[in-house]
Amino acid sequence: MMNAVRMVQRNALVYRHAWRGSACMSFLQPTLFLLAMGAGVGSLMTSDAESLVGGFSYLEFLAPGLLAAACMQTATFESSFPVMAKMTWNRNYAAIAATPMSVRDIVLGELAWIGARQFLIATAFACVTLAFGVPSSWLVLLALPAAVLTGVAFSSGIMAYAATLKSGGDFSVVFRFVITPLFLFSGVFFPVSRFPEPFRTIAWFTPLFHGVELVRGLMLGTIQSPVWIVHVAYLLIMLGIGGTACFRTFGKKLRA
Amino acid sequence: MPSEQIPVIQARALTKRFEKFTAVDAIDFAVSPGETFGFLGPNGAGKTSTMRMIGCTSPATSGELRVMGMDPETQARQIKARLGVVPQQDNLDIELTVRENLLMYARYFDVPRATAVKRTEELLQFVQLSERAGSQVETLSGGLKRRLTIARALVNEPDIVLLDEPTTGLDPQARHVIWERLYQLKRRGATLLLTTHYMDEAEQLCDRLVVMDKAKIVAEGSPRDLIERFSTREVLELRLREDVRSSMNGVLDGLATRMETLPDRILLYTHDGEQALEEVHSRGIPLESALVRRSTLEDVFLRLTGRSLTE
Repeated sequence: MMNAVRMVQRNALVYRHAWRGSACMSFLQPTLFLLAMGAGVGSLMTSDAESLVGGFSYLEFLAPGLLAAACMQTATFESSFPVMAKMTWNRNYAAIAATPMSVRDIVLGELAWIGARQFLIATAFACVTLAFGVPSSWLVLLALPAAVLTGVAFSSGIMAYAATLKSGGDFSVVFRFVITPLFLFSGVFFPVSRFPEPFRTIAWFTPLFHGVELVRGLMLGTIQSPVWIVHVAYLLIMLGIGGTACFRTFGKKLRA
Repeated sequence: MPSEQIPVIQARALTKRFEKFTAVDAIDFAVSPGETFGFLGPNGAGKTSTMRMIGCTSPATSGELRVMGMDPETQARQIKARLGVVPQQDNLDIELTVRENLLMYARYFDVPRATAVKRTEELLQFVQLSERAGSQVETLSGGLKRRLTIARALVNEPDIVLLDEPTTGLDPQARHVIWERLYQLKRRGATLLLTTHYMDEAEQLCDRLVVMDKAKIVAEGSPRDLIERFSTREVLELRLREDVRSSMNGVLDGLATRMETLPDRILLYTHDGEQALEEVHSRGIPLESALVRRSTLEDVFLRLTGRSLTE
């Protein structure tokens, strides 16, 4: 199990060659989004709209949702092509599976690395949010792991899928028909309470919704127990199912 | 093989099936410590599947396999810790430099950092890659990549090195460098297992080998032993014009102990090739060319399977 750390070390070694650009993007992306959507679109909102999002400004409402969504998107991307490349094109995993590292070590290591990357991205995002003047309670420190959990929950399933692919073409289906709709309709930009039924109920069954609610509740300090338990449980179960699927698909490739 | 030695690898009725296809069909073999043991056979004979079962990256379907006395099914981690693996296709980490490839690989084996650094420099020297230590892997030629892969297989100071077609796809010069390095390893007492479809590679390196064909072992012995058992000392190779060939019926009879007709030439197996050639001349058979050579494992393979190795 501790061997999984080696996988993280390997990725960190590679990341060392490219960290500057990536760190820059971690700050730039949220800044641009919050400027355009939060400050820009937000300026069109009336006070009436503010009451709809719980008495917060639109920027305050938007920022935590975007954080959760950013984690979903980067985690999804980093679990797609890079994982397929390591499995199929460059066969890194095959090389590593010949050492005392087990399939389990490899999968857990990859998930841990993606988690660590999400933590950095979420931290940068939170810093930008604070710079925009979004008020935060100490609970914001819990929003970071919540964002990471959202990321790795997505990551695990995508990784399991990526391990089975021979070409990257199939990812575009996932991005277009899963990730983009979730991004738009999971309560990042407007509350799902604005949906008519049955869509409001359906939203409750989609994963990003739980990530958004959890991160927003923690960042703005409005989280209510026991509903946060449902959010956390949903994401943990998703991670558990995805992780198990990874063990299976990675095992099928690496121990045939 | 001295019988008092405990084999480092022992297989009994070892079998690997993929759904309906049988890749390895109930093979038996044993490898002694310090031995260089070869699997010779054409593509698809089951060599790689056998190597992967020994390397604990492919579970056996049935039969028994012991590697250093351990069971790959339950002790994969302990076995893999003491193996070095050179896979058929290079799978170096192209996102890391030459040096980083060795350093990182050592870490997968839990080699302590300081030891890993020291060993990396030694191994770079051993495969003559010290000057390229900082290069990206992608910039290396095929032969250099292969040498790096071999160095990588040694970072854990393995007891057994598995080499799956170590020189396939390399030019003759690069092959000779690899053979020379492998010979060095052998002299240091390493146990080497290698698969190849090059008979010269098998003859140069192997103390003992098995000939594999269609998932089965068809013969076992030292290269010399196999040649003695399954071939004659010399071979006379004849190339004849097509019209001569088709109208020959029986004119070569009695010249050799055995005759093989290949699409492009005729092989006459005999103890004295020159004498056979003289006889061919005296019978007045017009030749395009003729060659007398010693028997090789290629001839053994042809005899055993009726096919040539590189077909």
